[in-house]
Amino acid sequence: MFRMSNLDDFNLKAKKAKSKEGLSVDSISIKAYKAKTEERAYIDDLDSLPYDEKQTMLEAGIDTTQKQRSGTFVQMDHSVIHASTLEKGLEVMSIKDALAKYDWLKDYWWKTIAVDNDKYTSQAELELHNGYFLRALPGTKEIFPVQACLYLSIEDLKQNVHNIVMVEEDAELHVITGCSVGSHVKSGLHIGVSEFYVKKNAKLSFTMIHNWAENVKVRPRSYGIVEENGMFLSNYISLKPVSDLQMYPTVKLVGKNAIARLNSILVAQKGSNLDVGSRIILDAENSKGEVISRTISKGGNIWARGHLIGKAKGITAHLECNGLILDEEGSIRAIPELEAHLPDLRMSHEAAVGKIAQDQIEYLMARGLSEDEATATIVRGFLDVDIKGLPPQLNKQIKKIIDIEGEKFL
Amino acid sequence: MLEVRDLSIEVGGKDLLHDININIPEGETHVLFGPNGSGKTSIIMAILGFKEYKITKGSIIFKGKDITQLPTHERAKMGIGISFQRPPSIPGLKTRKVVEICAKNSNGDVNVSELAKMLNLEKFLDRDLNIGFSGGEIKRSEILQLLAQDPDLVLLDEPESGVDLDNISLLGNMINHLLLKDKPCYERKKLEFKKSGLIITHTGHILDYVRSDKGYVLCEGTIQCQGNPRELLENIRKVGYEKCFECPI
Repeated sequence: MFRMSNLDDFNLKAKKAKSKEGLSVDSISIKAYKAKTEERAYIDDLDSLPYDEKQTMLEAGIDTTQKQRSGTFVQMDHSVIHASTLEKGLEVMSIKDALAKYDWLKDYWWKTIAVDNDKYTSQAELELHNGYFLRALPGTKEIFPVQACLYLSIEDLKQNVHNIVMVEEDAELHVITGCSVGSHVKSGLHIGVSEFYVKKNAKLSFTMIHNWAENVKVRPRSYGIVEENGMFLSNYISLKPVSDLQMYPTVKLVGKNAIARLNSILVAQKGSNLDVGSRIILDAENSKGEVISRTISKGGNIWARGHLIGKAKGITAHLECNGLILDEEGSIRAIPELEAHLPDLRMSHEAAVGKIAQDQIEYLMARGLSEDEATATIVRGFLDVDIKGLPPQLNKQIKKIIDIEGEKFL
Repeated sequence: MLEVRDLSIEVGGKDLLHDININIPEGETHVLFGPNGSGKTSIIMAILGFKEYKITKGSIIFKGKDITQLPTHERAKMGIGISFQRPPSIPGLKTRKVVEICAKNSNGDVNVSELAKMLNLEKFLDRDLNIGFSGGEIKRSEILQLLAQDPDLVLLDEPESGVDLDNISLLGNMINHLLLKDKPCYERKKLEFKKSGLIITHTGHILDYVRSDKGYVLCEGTIQCQGNPRELLENIRKVGYEKCFECPI
């Protein structure tokens, strides 16, 4: 594992990787985006934000009234405009503040993913515009989620963030993170490095809702480590148009009985290219992994990748990629990969891509739905992945977002 | 209630059925017999207006209206309901939701949980439609949807196939309930509006539970014979469909 604690060394390595291409569907010219913008002032009361900003945040799951939330982080462009926590056992702050506050944090900085992974990680190191640090202290169990929002309010801006989410031993943390753009913003670049640490007996659910715009390009780089009896649930939802998005979040299970479940729900509108994978490395006895993706092409292109790597005995892992093509022009490639390194394990995958079956549509028509209503009902069902382990209120909110947003774009 | 007039049906560019005539008056239940592959299901699909079943001749009249060109959902709204022989499973779509969709067509108030209880299906309401259901559970779920829809014409495509004996009597009772046959005749006669049914059966078991008024035998692409359903069934059980092929009518 890559590990280093001298911050200057990171800078050096990052410089060398400045033009190293990522696994990308379309190479991005980082220089084409504005590097600087005005600072935005910190605000105590998020409800004082303009109505349309609050509304776009709400669509991405961020509630500025902070009802039923245990903490909130909001970064607009390059400025952290709000970071607060309502609970004692919970820390919510900007990553720059956290690095200044905790000397030990540098041991977790670029620990899970190499700074010279590609030009995007390099960029995040060389021109860091902040990011969030969320930490649940040992034994803390919050049922209400922490919400984090990364927002682009200016056209053609690049936003480079580096986040760390840490759930200490025996703690439980639920995070809902929404990425969004101002209603007038059409173009931008978001580079987001995220490192997740789920310690012994801890549980993290991380729900990420991406509401980008037609010409926004997105490069998340996420990596998680789960220790003994730990559990990491990730739900990634992207239903709105986005120019191109490429990510391959990876979770490594390093402790006995650790569990990871990664769900992604993607809709590719015309002009969107989504290359999204999920990888779980099962490196400890009896660990379990599950990757589920549900993808819909409405004329856009999707690469739905999944990779399970079994390296310890008694592990079980399953991968499921299901895709629906609703438009003649779109494409979906389901690319599941199983990699086993010893005999005593069980790994499986299923993948299916196609259009909605005519017998399903006619079945519902025989129950009184028009063809369009039947199609929408089937699609909503298709996107409704049963997410286990979330608090009911959060689960309900996610279902609602999928329902409303799904409806709008179908 | 339903009149199928001189109907010819084409599937995938091939003539499948020709000159089909079925007339089901209000309050009557008719039975369609026929060997495997004779096209019994195709007649029902054509009555529902499924795209694959192209009508090349004739017409379908329901409640006095020509519905031959009407889309399927309009026919359902007018009061045609079906229990499919092999319904599809739909991932992510809860059975409860489908029953609620059916209930929108009903004139009365529908208590979905109460209906599910009658069919021992309460636990299935929150499961994805037909996923992991046994043969019998699928059939009960079909009848549950019909009970919620409360149609005036009930089409039943092999309602008993894959159902164990205990459940056949339950299904029979529910079908009688749907067709208002659970009311004694002197009460039924007083009703302003009576329900009609068309049952497809291969084994005939369901006829031990549901009274029927007329039977048809479908052979070689058309209706070869019609008459008393019990008598037809007896003959089919004794000598099979072979004699139907030879029948001189």
